[in-house]
Amino acid sequence: MKYLDEYRDGATARIMAEAIRAEADTGRTYRLMEFCGGHTHAIFRYGIQDLVPDNLCFVHGPGCPVCVLPAGRIEAAIRLAEGEDVILCTYADLMRVPAGKKDSLHKAKARGADIRMIYSATDALGIAQANPDRQVVFFAIGFETTTPPTAAVLKIARAMQLNNFSVYCNHVQTPPAMAHILDSGEAQIDGILGPSHVSTIIGSRAYADCSGRYAMPIVIAGFEPLDVLASTLMLLRQINQGRHAVENQYMRVVSETGNQKAQALMDETFEPRALFEWRGLGVLPNSAVQIRDGYSQFDAEKRFAMQGVDVAENKGCICPAVLRGVSRPDECRLFGTACTPEDPKGACMVSSEGACAAWYSYGRRSASAGTAMEARS
Amino acid sequence: MSHSMKGVVDMTHGSGGRAMARLIEEVFMRHLDNPLLAQRNDQAAFGVPAGRMVISTDAHVISPLFFPGGDIGSLSVHGTINDVCMSGAVPLYLSAAFILEEGLPLADLERIVKSMADAANAAGVPVVTGDTKVVEKGKADGVFITTTGVGMVPDGVNISGELATPGDAILISGSTGDHGMAVLSSREGLSFSTTLQSDSAALHTLVAAMLDVAPDIHCLRDPTRGGLATTLNELALQSGAGMLLDESAIPVKADVRGACELLGLDPLYVANEGKLICICPAADAAPLLAAMQAHPLGRGAAIIGRVVEDAQHLVQMETAFGGNRIVDWLAGEQLPRIC
Amino acid sequence: MCLAVPARVVSLDSEAESAVVELDGIQKDVSTVLLDRVDVGDYVLLHVGFALERIDPQEAENTLAMFAEMRAADA
Repeated sequence: MKYLDEYRDGATARIMAEAIRAEADTGRTYRLMEFCGGHTHAIFRYGIQDLVPDNLCFVHGPGCPVCVLPAGRIEAAIRLAEGEDVILCTYADLMRVPAGKKDSLHKAKARGADIRMIYSATDALGIAQANPDRQVVFFAIGFETTTPPTAAVLKIARAMQLNNFSVYCNHVQTPPAMAHILDSGEAQIDGILGPSHVSTIIGSRAYADCSGRYAMPIVIAGFEPLDVLASTLMLLRQINQGRHAVENQYMRVVSETGNQKAQALMDETFEPRALFEWRGLGVLPNSAVQIRDGYSQFDAEKRFAMQGVDVAENKGCICPAVLRGVSRPDECRLFGTACTPEDPKGACMVSSEGACAAWYSYGRRSASAGTAMEARS
Repeated sequence: MSHSMKGVVDMTHGSGGRAMARLIEEVFMRHLDNPLLAQRNDQAAFGVPAGRMVISTDAHVISPLFFPGGDIGSLSVHGTINDVCMSGAVPLYLSAAFILEEGLPLADLERIVKSMADAANAAGVPVVTGDTKVVEKGKADGVFITTTGVGMVPDGVNISGELATPGDAILISGSTGDHGMAVLSSREGLSFSTTLQSDSAALHTLVAAMLDVAPDIHCLRDPTRGGLATTLNELALQSGAGMLLDESAIPVKADVRGACELLGLDPLYVANEGKLICICPAADAAPLLAAMQAHPLGRGAAIIGRVVEDAQHLVQMETAFGGNRIVDWLAGEQLPRIC
Repeated sequence: MCLAVPARVVSLDSEAESAVVELDGIQKDVSTVLLDRVDVGDYVLLHVGFALERIDPQEAENTLAMFAEMRAADA
């Protein structure tokens, strides 16, 4: 597969790992945060943790839109699907995330709610056109990679004058979340591996503020394992040299200014949301978007007067700490025992990018996990 | 193709009266035709050679009913023949029970039954008895088919999931993930087109060829739902052993890989309907591989790993990249992801 | 956070702002509304049915060259 296989070559990986080993100062530790959940997934899937020296560890960041979506927002969507008899369209990633009271979209669907998995925002439009006498709501989630497709779909909906279609907007933004993590300082990180595809849209210049204000080395890393290794080396070099700057390793698709057409489309349909709650990070100002006035007829929150729902997290679940890079998944007392991918207590275990799910599936399990498996049989 | 039946299944087809009798004659008896079935009894009586008998049953509820490379009919025949022969048994006969949804086009039903008949004839394993019921619209997904199969295990053959022993070799009969991705490609909404076909096939002659060469095979299983990963985890658990796989040795077709990349799926968890996993003593691996590759259904066979000591009975994999990862149980259905 | 895959543009429908792309024998319809320009033969990054950006072949080569440099330095 072109532009994939070449960036997954094992022989090159070993050589890069050697270079990292050679340049890592044994007198210190390096805590590098990979912001993006996709990078968390890649690090585990390819065993990158095993390739880097012991004094270098990856701290998992909150760049998993499923993980940071508050349970209350999912609960509100379930109530909409059940109470208003809408067709709720969602990406499959959300289906099994725990909402309130051990509920989930998956369980609501089993109870009879018309919840449909879609693979593209345009599918939701298609469903609306095919069901003119039903209300169709698109549960939109994601960081800036996924926001432009929603923007495109809003524009089409307005052009078509589709009156049975609306969007439940939960799009969040990367630089504010990054700033929040750096501001609190609790994750104690020395450098950041920046997200690949968010950066394709917002451009490398979007991180200049974070890097400057917090004297933080940031390298925008490509999605494939060799990209991650190369970016790790680039971060190491910045740290060792006492520099801090935004560097772009993913040059084949990320530019300084990003995709300006996509940015314009987002500006046309969305505006900043004053406050938005992030699971694990709390309520953050100017960290998310909402639908603009010109498109307010497609805002599901307005159309259905959706109320905020407060949902308490599961006791013992430390997803918030994991998302902030403060705790590791295996430090959670529920990990691998009460909380498993089959029976998740928090979003980090359900999302394929969640740190806990990646940790569980790919390699790091406490001995108790093995016992739990035996107990299950 | 002969005349296409018109009309749809309705409740009278299940009521036991003339309409039902006609449906049975014109669709089931006509295509599934064989001497035992032709006796038209509520059961089929037959003698069996002395020895150990095997029985297996499977319900088939697949949607869509027709997919590239097969349909629910051929799948229900292949699936049960495979379950029977994974014990090493020679499959002898099948039964088939149909639950038809009111409104199912009769032309579709005929196509399905004809496909079953073709599959059964090609395999030499006839459907000798059956049943039909009709349920109201909405209570079945077009049609549900349950097939049960019986067979006889040859003397000296003892194949079972708990027999995997550290040191054993793990083989697969061909590329993995074909069926699942072929079915996914015909599901609405995914809108990707491919020439991928399901690998649905009856594996009993392959198994027979393998047993000729290595009668002391320890385990055989076909990695259906949940894919290779799930089947290996089941066997690891049953046997109380671990497994170590070599990712670069696992055959995956280019377009299966491409489709999985597109949807964020892992081919290790995608269903197969015409492949088997074999766990055998290390010394048998090379001759078994040769025997498999000489068979039409085993051309792509490969040795993909070995059984190891492991108190936690994990299935681990050396990745093509050079690392090591755990190939865990699937948690529910694998869903395409955007993140 | 976002799964995006590279695929080759096989045909374009500029009026509908869509394209057919191919990845290892799989073909898919995608929207090109987020792209300024795209040509048949280009590789694009796909995410949820939309092409996000063209892959710059020169930069891709540069990246591989950089990896290769490390290889040579080691040897």
